Amino acid sequence: MERPLTEHIKQDGTPLSLKEYEAVGGYQGLRNALKVSPADVMNVVKDSKLRGRGGAGFPTGVKWSFVPMGDNAPSPKYIVANGDEMEPGTFKDRLLVEGNPHQLIEGMIISAYAIGASMSYIFLRWAYHEAAKRIQYALNEAYEAGYLGKNILGSPFSLEMDLHTSVGRYICGEETALLNALEGKRANPRNKPPFPQVSGLFGKPTIVNNVETFSNIPHILAKGAQWYISLSKSEGGGGTKLYGASGKVKRPAIWELPLGTTLGEVIEEHAGGMQDGYKLRGLLPGGASTDFLTPDQMNIKLDFEEVAKAGSRMGTGTIIVMDDKTCPVGMCLNLEQFFAQESCGWCTPCREGLPWTAKILLALEEGNGKPEDIDHLTFQTHYNAPGNTFCALAPGAMEPLQSALKHFREDFDEHIHTHRCKYQHG
Amino acid sequence: MVTAQVISNEARQEIEKLFHHLPHKQAACIDALKIVQKYNRWVSDEALQELAPILEMSVHEIDSVATFYNIIFRRPVGRHVILLCNSVSCWIMGYEEIKKALKDKLKIDFGMTTKDDRFTFLPIPCLGTCDHAPAMIIDEDLYRDLKPDQLDEILAKYE
Repeated sequence: MERPLTEHIKQDGTPLSLKEYEAVGGYQGLRNALKVSPADVMNVVKDSKLRGRGGAGFPTGVKWSFVPMGDNAPSPKYIVANGDEMEPGTFKDRLLVEGNPHQLIEGMIISAYAIGASMSYIFLRWAYHEAAKRIQYALNEAYEAGYLGKNILGSPFSLEMDLHTSVGRYICGEETALLNALEGKRANPRNKPPFPQVSGLFGKPTIVNNVETFSNIPHILAKGAQWYISLSKSEGGGGTKLYGASGKVKRPAIWELPLGTTLGEVIEEHAGGMQDGYKLRGLLPGGASTDFLTPDQMNIKLDFEEVAKAGSRMGTGTIIVMDDKTCPVGMCLNLEQFFAQESCGWCTPCREGLPWTAKILLALEEGNGKPEDIDHLTFQTHYNAPGNTFCALAPGAMEPLQSALKHFREDFDEHIHTHRCKYQHG
Repeated sequence: MVTAQVISNEARQEIEKLFHHLPHKQAACIDALKIVQKYNRWVSDEALQELAPILEMSVHEIDSVATFYNIIFRRPVGRHVILLCNSVSCWIMGYEEIKKALKDKLKIDFGMTTKDDRFTFLPIPCLGTCDHAPAMIIDEDLYRDLKPDQLDEILAKYE
């Protein structure tokens, strides 16, 4: 099984130097890209069926194709890597930026060539201090070797790249909020349209892609779209995917596996199943803002379509496992307190609804729940549904709650009727 | 009347270097706040007033940015800041136990600073190291797979 993104990442925890990266084929994808036209590069990426790895799964090549091209297109254009990774339970991009920063940089350079960008930013979350040092070191190496700067590898194409380390807010992961943060503003999301591809950073055409998405690009350009599609077990997209698991499993970690690997394989074979003394009760398949799946759904393929059919979202592909000794109500409380705190405050349902939700859940956990609280919580899941809010934060916050109310209703009722939480947490 | 300058000349020069790549000075706001904090530990009202003309922004505009983000501190903090992850994976894996142990050792709750000004204790959302939960960051150092009995040794590293 091929693992293009992670096979060269060193076990000792140190990053690949430029020389080491080049020795395993690094920057060959860029060399190939510069031999063909930007439109050809965009077509290869479209043909590869690469879909965005940040959670939404939008086809990457299609996203790029909305950028105005040609001599009359606005300039400068921007490429931005979303390395904010603040979705609770998500730790996949950390592996890529700590282990192989050149892979990200190369992917961004190729992408910039495809859309005609001349400036690029890596937006990295503040907590990744080690990654920041490694990216900065790799950027210096790339400039020195002529992969960045003026006339890259002797071609007419030039690109600058800077690292921006964030100061922490979950909403910065939303691409338009991220652009506001890069402009030095509060990270409130922007209205769409206009989409960033047309009017993004500083009002100019901008592509924002996730770190994992960009890290796929060099391999697609080096080995071709058909090879990339062949890596996947999914009809809906090409390539491998970084899957992860945290919680009370035997071996929590990240694994690069074919897109469309089953949930059961990830949990049983790679994570080693549950720790002794714990049973699987439910799981969030792709970070905090995805619906709970249950142990009877282990056969589903982890890809964008199948997880959606099962009533959840693949999201970031990093699974949060809930065991039988963890309280589902307490877990929802923890999640909703996070979302309430991280709401940017811009729109009313999110700003008011999320703290209200958290308050009800806290009352349940403290033994002060009332029978009507179930109706209030259900109301919130509708009140904060897509279409009622400015961005996807509040609808995402409702996903674990609405599914917990469905799958673990007896726990909510028991908290209310017995006026206590029987689990050790909370 | 000469008032004390809270943003040093050194910090000011570092801020001015940020403007190089940017279409307007406001775009450097967040990085400028980080620089102020690097030198002063936190961002005071006086610092905002001195930043305003440098960034060509109003004090209130800068404050609206400064108060938005989790790790720009608008109140004084101690010499070391403990950021304990309180998100879901850490919560499942024993965050409450670590929080209680730290509270007992430091004799302070979240949002407070020890009397000797040594530690400020804050909760923080997910640190992205969920396969090694529970986790915390002290200053820029990440600690993972935390057990309560390791805390004395860790805290002793910080004067």
